Amino acid sequence: MSALAQPRHVYDWSPSPCGGLRTTLSGAAVIFRASGALWIEAERMLVVADLHLEKGSAYAARGQMLPPYDTRDTLRRLSTEIAATRPSAVVLLGDTFHDRASEDRLAADDAEQLRTLAGLTRLIWVIGNHDADGPRALPGEVADELNVAGLLLRHEPQAGLQPGEVAGHLHPCAKVTASRGTVRRRCFVTDGERLVVPAFGAFAGGLNVRDPAFCGLFARPPLCGALGTGRVHAVGWRSVVGD
Amino acid sequence: MAEDAGAALPLLPPRFADWFAARGWSARAHQLEMISKGRAGRDALLIAPTGGGKTLAGFLPSLIELAERPKANAPRGIHTLYISPLKALAVDVERNLMAPILQMGLPIVAESRTGDTGLARRQRQRVKPPDILLTTPEQLALFCAWEGARLYFEDLACVIVDEIHAIHASKRGDLLALDLARLQTFAPKMRRVGLSATVDDPDVIRRWLGCAAPELENKVDLVRGPGGAAPIVDMLLAQGRVPWAGHTAQHAMPEVYEAIKQARTALVFVNTRFQAEFAFQELWKMNDDDLPIALHHGSLAAEQRRKVEAAMARGELRAVVCTSTLDLGIDWGDVDLVIQLASPKGASRMVQRIGRANHRLDEPSRALFVPANRFEMLECQAAREAIAENRFDGDAARTGALDVLAQHVMGCACSEPFDLLKFYDEIVTAGPYRDLAWEDFEQVVDFVSTGGYALKTYDRFRRIVKDQEGRWRVRDQATAQRHRMNVGAILSPAVLAVRIAMGKRLTGGRKIGEVEEGYVEMLEPGDTFIFAGQVWSLMAVTGMDVLVRPAMGKDPKMPSWGGSKFALSTFLAKRVRELMFDESHWKVLPNDVREWLEIQKDRSLIVKEEELLLETFPRGKRNFIVCYPFEGRLAHTTLAMLLTRRLERMGAAPLGFVCNDYAVAVWALNPLDGLDFDELFAEDMLGDDLESWLSDSFMMKRAFKGCAIISGLIERRFPGEQQKSGRQVTFSTDLIYDVLRRHQPDHLLLRCAREDAATGLVDVARLGQLLARIKGKIRHAALDHLSPFSVPILLEIGKERTPGAAGEMILAEAESDLIAEAIA
Repeated sequence: MSALAQPRHVYDWSPSPCGGLRTTLSGAAVIFRASGALWIEAERMLVVADLHLEKGSAYAARGQMLPPYDTRDTLRRLSTEIAATRPSAVVLLGDTFHDRASEDRLAADDAEQLRTLAGLTRLIWVIGNHDADGPRALPGEVADELNVAGLLLRHEPQAGLQPGEVAGHLHPCAKVTASRGTVRRRCFVTDGERLVVPAFGAFAGGLNVRDPAFCGLFARPPLCGALGTGRVHAVGWRSVVGD
Repeated sequence: MAEDAGAALPLLPPRFADWFAARGWSARAHQLEMISKGRAGRDALLIAPTGGGKTLAGFLPSLIELAERPKANAPRGIHTLYISPLKALAVDVERNLMAPILQMGLPIVAESRTGDTGLARRQRQRVKPPDILLTTPEQLALFCAWEGARLYFEDLACVIVDEIHAIHASKRGDLLALDLARLQTFAPKMRRVGLSATVDDPDVIRRWLGCAAPELENKVDLVRGPGGAAPIVDMLLAQGRVPWAGHTAQHAMPEVYEAIKQARTALVFVNTRFQAEFAFQELWKMNDDDLPIALHHGSLAAEQRRKVEAAMARGELRAVVCTSTLDLGIDWGDVDLVIQLASPKGASRMVQRIGRANHRLDEPSRALFVPANRFEMLECQAAREAIAENRFDGDAARTGALDVLAQHVMGCACSEPFDLLKFYDEIVTAGPYRDLAWEDFEQVVDFVSTGGYALKTYDRFRRIVKDQEGRWRVRDQATAQRHRMNVGAILSPAVLAVRIAMGKRLTGGRKIGEVEEGYVEMLEPGDTFIFAGQVWSLMAVTGMDVLVRPAMGKDPKMPSWGGSKFALSTFLAKRVRELMFDESHWKVLPNDVREWLEIQKDRSLIVKEEELLLETFPRGKRNFIVCYPFEGRLAHTTLAMLLTRRLERMGAAPLGFVCNDYAVAVWALNPLDGLDFDELFAEDMLGDDLESWLSDSFMMKRAFKGCAIISGLIERRFPGEQQKSGRQVTFSTDLIYDVLRRHQPDHLLLRCAREDAATGLVDVARLGQLLARIKGKIRHAALDHLSPFSVPILLEIGKERTPGAAGEMILAEAESDLIAEAIA
C-alpha cells in the first residue's frame, strides 16, 4: 500500500462510556460500538451492516445443517442495541438477507421480531448485492444510498478515495499478534475520511483487513476498531497482520 | 523351533510345509495356532512383538483356504480384507505377501488400495475384486458408503486388523469397529483377526475386536507369540551430569553423535517437530564424518518423507531423527539402535519404539535414553524399570463417539436404505457402541437428517429421508457423493505451505514443506526458526503460504513449547513418584540428581507416593505456590486454570501460572501461606468452575470444530462460501459454536465436543483422579525461598506462550502500543 510511505497520521479517538470508540468521520461525530454497530450522533442513527439473515438455512437447503438460530441471534443483538441507544432510525447497510429467498425462509417469530423493531424505530433497508430486491413483505423504507450528516451510507465501498463514505460488504477483520498469541476479531476500519463497518450477522465470516480488497480505499494507514468483549480496542495498522 | 515342525504336519498343507522348509524355516507355534483358529472358524487376537512373523501368521489361514478352494465358475468377491492404520504399511504388506504367493505358485490375487491408488486400479478392483484386499480404515468406510457394498462383501471370509493397539482407542477405532459390524451383516460367517503389539490388557482389545452381540461375548481367542529377548536399555549421562531444565538435550549431542557412529543404523526419536529440527541441526553441526543422517517428521513434504523412507529401506542411512511419524511402519532390518531424546512419556510407546530396532527375535533390541533434564531423568529411569519388568501402560476402553456414529449412519444411508431397529441392533454389536442408548441413537439419526435442532425448520431440507417402507435413505445422489468426499475420522489441522519468498513483493516460490497453523502463530515476521534442517527467517504469512528466506549464520530462536504432545502416562507417572519418594531407590540415580533430591529433602520435603507436595515461597515481589502432581501437562494446565480462579476468589490476586508434565506453579501478588489448601484443592472445582471455564475456552472451540467435521455438520471440502471476486472469506466454526451454545446448549455436537475436550484436551478424568487421590494428603512446605524441585518449573516461566488464550489482553496490549505511538 503506497499510503505506508506517507508520514504517520495520529488519529483522534477516545473511549466512550459504553465501551465503544468515539471518533470523527469526515467531520461527523460517530461512535464504534462494541456490538459492531455504528452510532451517528447528529442523527441519533444506528447503522448495522451485513446481517446475512437466514444464512444457516441457505446452507441447510444445500445439505449442510448449520444451526437455524443465526437469524434470531442476530436480531436479538440488534434489539439489545436499539434498546440501549433508542435511535431515531436504524440503517441496515445491505446484505441484510443472505440470499433472495431468505425472506421466505424466515421463521414466523423471527419475522415478527423484525416487525416489532420496525414499530419501535424507523427501519431503513439499504440494498446490497445479496438482497438486491429489498424486503418484500417486511416493513421499512428501502434505499440504494443514504445521505446523512455529511456522510454517504451505501453497501459496497466504491473504489478510490471516497471521503464521507460509510460502507459494509467487506466484513473487515483484524488479526492482532502479540507476544502471548494471536486473535482475529471483527473490526471497524477507517482513515478518518471513510469507514468500513464490520459484519453484524452471527454467521457472517470475516475478511482480513490486510487483504488486497482493502487496498486503495484509504488515504493513509487506517485505524482499526477491533471488537472485544464489551469494548472496542483501537488498533494501529502496524499491529495488524495478514492471515 | 524344530520341535514345532512335527506337530505342524496336520495343520500345514504339504505345499506350505515345503515352502517353509525350502527357506530353512519352520512354522512357529503361534503361526500354527492361528491356522487352527482359522480352521475352527474362531475369531483370534494375536499378540506378538515385532519380528515374530506376525503378519504371516495373520495371513496363513487365508492363504491355505484360498489355495485349497476349488475353482469357481462365477467370479468371486473378496475373501480376505486386511486393514492397516498406515497407507505405507498396506503397500509394504502387499509386497511381502507376494513372496509366498509367487514362490508357492498360489492362485491368489492380492492387491492394496489406499488414497494413493490410481483411478484405473480402483475401478478395476470394484468390478473385479481381488482375493485379498489390503487397505486402510478410511478406504473401508468409503467402501461401506458405496451403493452395492453388501454385494461386494458378501463372500468375505476374513478380516485382519493390523497394529490394532495403535488404533482401537481412537475415533478411527470407533469408525473401524462400526464398519466391522457392517461387514459382519453383509457376511455373517466373516472371521475377525487382530494383530497387536504387546499390550497391558489384551481383553480391552478383544472386546473391541469381537462382535459384541450378547451370545457371542468373548468369542475372540487370544494367541500369544513368543516373548522375544528383553531389550537392553541404557541411559546416556552426557558429561556425567543432568541439566536442571530444558527439553532439547543439547548438552548431550556430542555423545549422541558418538553413539550413532558406533551403530549400524540408528533411529533417533524425539517428541516434537521442533525438537526433531533442533537435534538434526545439532548433529549436522558436528558431523565431521559426513554420516548420512536424515530427518523425518509430519511437517515435511510427503515426497521428502518418502525419499527418506526409501533411502532407509535401501540401507543408505546411518541415522534418522524422527517423531512419532515413525512409531509405526514398515520394517527396516538394519536398525540396531534406538535413541530416545528427552523423556519417553509412556512405557508402551517406548517399547514400540525400541521394537523398531532389530527385527530378529532372538537378539535383544538396543536402546539409549537421553534425558534432557532432571525430572526427565527420573522418568527415564522409571521407564527403564517398567520395561525390564515387562509392564505397560494401558489404554482404557473407549465409549464410541457420537460424531463418528453420525458419519457412519450417513455413510450407510448412502449405501442402501436402512431399517432403524435392525440398524440399531447392528451398531450395538460394535464393541465401542455396545452400551449405546436407543435415545442417543435416535438423536444421532435426527442429527444426520436435519441437524438435530430443537427448532424444527429444516424438515424440508432432510439429508436422509424415509421411503414408503419406512426405511431411511439418502435424499439424492449429489448428497451421497458429497458425503463420500468427506469420509474418515482423521482430522488434519489446517496446514500452511512453507515457501521461499521471491523478490521484493514477496511472492511464493518453491515449497519446502508444510506446517500446522498453530506452529506459525507462535512466530512473528523477522523471527528465525529451523525447518527442514535449515534456519529460516519468517518474512510473511499470506493466505495459505508461509513465506521464508534462508537466514544464514543466524541462531534460530528456539520456540519453547518444548514439552511433548503426549502426556506422561498415568502408569509411568505413578512409577516416577514412587521412584522419587523412595529414598532406597536413589542409589541408582546419577550423583547430581541424587544430590538434588537430598537438598530437596533438606530444604523442603520429600513426600510419600500418594501425597501431594505443595510449596509456597516469596520470590521477587511475588508469592509462589508450586505443586508436583506428575499428571501430565494437560491435566496440569486445567488444574492451573481452576486454581487461578479459586485463588482469585480467595483474594490472593494470582498473576500467572506455568505448567509442565511434572509440576504446576502459580504466582500471586498476595501471600499464600495462610490459605486453606484442602479447600483450594477440593474436588468440587470440577463442577461449576470447570464448566464455566471450559465453555469459554478455545479448547472447546477446537474440539467442536473436530466434531463438526467428523459428524458432517461442516465439510472438509467446503463448497459453499461465495468467493466474491476471488477473495477468501473465512467462515469459522467458532461462529457456529457461539450461536449453538446460546440457543441449544444441549445439542448433540456440544455434548460430543465437551466429552472430547474433557478427555483429549484438558484431561478432566485424570485431574479428578488426582484430586480424589490427594484429599487430606497435601503436605505443605512454607519456605523462605525457592526449593530445588521448583527450579526446573520456574525456569520455564516466560518461555511459554498460550495460543488462543487471553484474547482481550492481546488487544489491550496492541491498544497501549498505539497510545504509546501517539504520545511519542
